[in-house]
Amino acid sequence: MREGASLVVVGASAGGVLALRSLLSGLRADLAASLVIVLHIRESGVDSLIGLLNQSSRIPVREALHGAPIETGVAYVAPGNYHLLIEREGCFALSVDDKVCHARPSIDVLFASAADAWRGPLVGVVLTGSNEDGARGLAEIRARGGRAWVQSPAEAEAPQMPEAAVRVAGADAVLPLADIARNINQAFPP
Amino acid sequence: MKRSVEDIELGLFVEALKQRHGYDFSGYAEASFRRRVQGLCIHFRTDNISQLTEQLLHDRIAIGDVVSQLSVPVSEFFRDPPSFATLRRAVFPVLASYPHINIWQAGCARGEEVYSLAILLTEAGLYDRCRIYATDISGHALAAAREGVYPDRELRQSASSYFEAGGSGTLSDYFHARYGHIKLDDDLKRNVTFAEHNLALDGVFCEAQLVLCRNVLIYFKPPLQRRALDLFHASLVRGGFLCLGNKESLSRHDIGDHFALVDRQGPLYRRVLDTDA
Repeated sequence: MREGASLVVVGASAGGVLALRSLLSGLRADLAASLVIVLHIRESGVDSLIGLLNQSSRIPVREALHGAPIETGVAYVAPGNYHLLIEREGCFALSVDDKVCHARPSIDVLFASAADAWRGPLVGVVLTGSNEDGARGLAEIRARGGRAWVQSPAEAEAPQMPEAAVRVAGADAVLPLADIARNINQAFPP
Repeated sequence: MKRSVEDIELGLFVEALKQRHGYDFSGYAEASFRRRVQGLCIHFRTDNISQLTEQLLHDRIAIGDVVSQLSVPVSEFFRDPPSFATLRRAVFPVLASYPHINIWQAGCARGEEVYSLAILLTEAGLYDRCRIYATDISGHALAAAREGVYPDRELRQSASSYFEAGGSGTLSDYFHARYGHIKLDDDLKRNVTFAEHNLALDGVFCEAQLVLCRNVLIYFKPPLQRRALDLFHASLVRGGFLCLGNKESLSRHDIGDHFALVDRQGPLYRRVLDTDA
């Protein structure tokens, strides 16, 4: 991992497929950050999600593999029925520990792991969803000095997750998806 | 700075576990291990890892409880059904050619996978010839596995997974339901030996046609993974099978002399070569 490399961790649940497609299609092709995504989705849906996202994303979208290095300018999706964690060395780790907020992968687990392990600039993004996964994780990201951008509940298909995130963690900005994408582009130019 | 104090505390905790109780967790992958230790702090209501270490050293918390929380806690019946289907299709016919079959399940946790395997072996007419060694680092997990009692909340998922794995009967034929729990038939464990075994410290104890170690290696750093793989290689008969967790792979290891990939669905490997290269 390059010293000071940047990481954006994203969590979504109900309504997340379309929200992610929209978010990724707004990102610049030469983004100087890695994007790591946890979506609450059936295990069998991960492959087709990656295919769908790759159709409109200008950065490549791949499955996060255990032990694989986290590359800049790539978006990764957590595999189904595993928690996704980040190692200090800048690679992925999987776990089958208990579900968190009834979810595995859990957004809280990814966010907390990123807050623990990542040394460079870190941003947590919470999108649409109808549970509260990600709220506590976002708080840990903020506590460690990272930024928090939350999808506007008014725009979200399911507002509970963004609302919980703001309530528990607060946010540096509550924005529609297009503006979150713009923020990411401006924060991590080549 | 708080972050690096926790690093020091984690190292001291690992040292305390090793020196006081002989458990060596130094080879465990850091992110997941750190998370579990943080979970231990919550479970034992300590403010930090140093307090956890103090309680451990002065016997105010039981080592059995600590080990059970630091090892694989979760499993499901027929987890990842396509993998079981691969076992039935690619491995069972080969097992059938042996008069006696030894199977080692390393990291059996609370036993859901052992019973899943026992059910499929029974339906394939192979169970009577089998001796299954179900091992785990955690005595608590083994006790639960021996008992074979599970909450019934995941029953629908289990039944559906059983069917998807190629189960030919009805899952309810294999258990009794009572008071929110299911108890697996004692018959299913008549050929199962549950025993403690620590992949970081212990050695070979049987010669097996099939070794299953699913979602255990992800908790190890590469050197400890290597140790476990060497152990599996030494435990397998020529042409014996190794099955890992569905998102695990041997591709990061130099295993060309030891294992050949049979099926990415599993994933399933086969032991090659008579002698260590």
